[in-house]
Amino acid sequence: MTRYSIFSLARNALTSHKNWTEAWRSPDPKPHYDVIIIGGGGHGLATAYYLAKEHGITNVAILEKGWIGGGNTGRNTTIVRSNYELEGNAHFYELSLKLWEGMSQDLNYNVMFSQRGVINLVHNDAQIDAAQRRGNAMRLNGIDAEWLTPAQIKERVPLLDLNGGGRFPTVGGLCQPRGGTARHDAVAWGYARGADARGVDIIQGCEVTAITRDGNRVTGVETSRGTITADKIGIAVAGHSSQVAQMAGLNLPIESHVLQAMVSEPIKPCIDTVVTSGSGHLYVSQSDKGELVFGGDLDFYNSYAQRGNFPRLEQVTQNLLTLFPAFSRLRMLRSWGGIMDMSMDGSPIISKTPLDNFYINGGWCYGGFKATPGSGYVFAHTIAQDRPHPNNEALSLNRFETGAVLDEKGIGPWAKLH
Amino acid sequence: MLIIDCPWCGSRAQTEFTYEGDATVERPNDGDEKAFFEYVYIRDNPSGWLDEMWQHTSGCRRFLKVRRHVTTHEIAGSAKPGDELPEVRHD
Repeated sequence: MTRYSIFSLARNALTSHKNWTEAWRSPDPKPHYDVIIIGGGGHGLATAYYLAKEHGITNVAILEKGWIGGGNTGRNTTIVRSNYELEGNAHFYELSLKLWEGMSQDLNYNVMFSQRGVINLVHNDAQIDAAQRRGNAMRLNGIDAEWLTPAQIKERVPLLDLNGGGRFPTVGGLCQPRGGTARHDAVAWGYARGADARGVDIIQGCEVTAITRDGNRVTGVETSRGTITADKIGIAVAGHSSQVAQMAGLNLPIESHVLQAMVSEPIKPCIDTVVTSGSGHLYVSQSDKGELVFGGDLDFYNSYAQRGNFPRLEQVTQNLLTLFPAFSRLRMLRSWGGIMDMSMDGSPIISKTPLDNFYINGGWCYGGFKATPGSGYVFAHTIAQDRPHPNNEALSLNRFETGAVLDEKGIGPWAKLH
Repeated sequence: MLIIDCPWCGSRAQTEFTYEGDATVERPNDGDEKAFFEYVYIRDNPSGWLDEMWQHTSGCRRFLKVRRHVTTHEIAGSAKPGDELPEVRHD
């Protein structure tokens, strides 16, 4: 693996950048691996990376149906934060945020992590109470949180209409200064390169069609590129977790829904933070290319189609224009959809399963991207040690059966509302 | 935009309806804890045809069943909650 640095850049510049080596290999699958990870998105790649780096397990294959990072890793709005209230979530996401802070150095790959802050706007008294309570819980857990007055928000986000069109006046905001954005593709590519350098086989264009079982154990997978056996199998296929888990005979507390995101045409820098709002659910930031990246709610009915409906597109855009009237002059560049594993309590599942050597990582709802490094870190631990890391003990699959659900908003078992 | 046929009001835009989820889960009658857990939390979550409950919230406010393909969004038909839905080929 070529180490990326100013010197390697200069050296390759002398040969017109024609001699860069590939960032990862494209090997044929071996007949057997110690660990198979199904799903070559950020979570699967990070899991393989930490299996090799932290646990010395390098005889690992990642099986990806399409190409790495082509699913939700490449479809999200790139927001990174750890502003959670409940213990089981807070420490997990904070571990993840800390890994983000060192990721570019650790991977020797610039993931363009930008701690530009995440501001949650609130619009009424009840939202003030909820946001301040969450902020206090975060601070008690050692996570940064600041309360902002409308005047302070206006200073940070001058284009925001504090009056919110008369319907959604901004009365305050909770800010996590260490939150921000990252370059989503780079995260997949960086982990892929790091995992490959440690001996992990990344096998793209390899669809898993069946998982073979012997009693209470899984023994391997049937794929479009032949049969592969393994000592342990982990899945990181959020959006399709139900489908893949059913291959092993498990039904999950998950529904699949489509979430849309959209970008405007690129413009000069105008928002240097991430703004979210509970007015009707909106989040917006500006990419380094200058596009406004924004999104809102799910389409609110089960869907495996990676495209959304027009009413939601219209509603999210209305939301944006209510808070930022100046953006009404912009053209929409494109919109797209990704399939979310909506878990029944709104929190993810990183867990052992009723099967002895089968592990699941899924149920990410709206928020899988920010969790990528922490998810890989604790999932690798769970697979390698056959027991959860302290930071994913609460994210167990059996919490729904025991009643220890992690429902941040107290909504109840309605997947679409989380 | 989905066009949903309300058995009482006729064809209406999906924005008039509220999604109420999988219509195939049944509330267990006895107190069996495992059955109740599965009723509340576990879903088949198929990627093909799904029978689902909708409510015509901006119309007659009545509940209806819809048989919809979750990947293509094709709607085979809708019915009153107690009635039969049109047959579809599962493949």
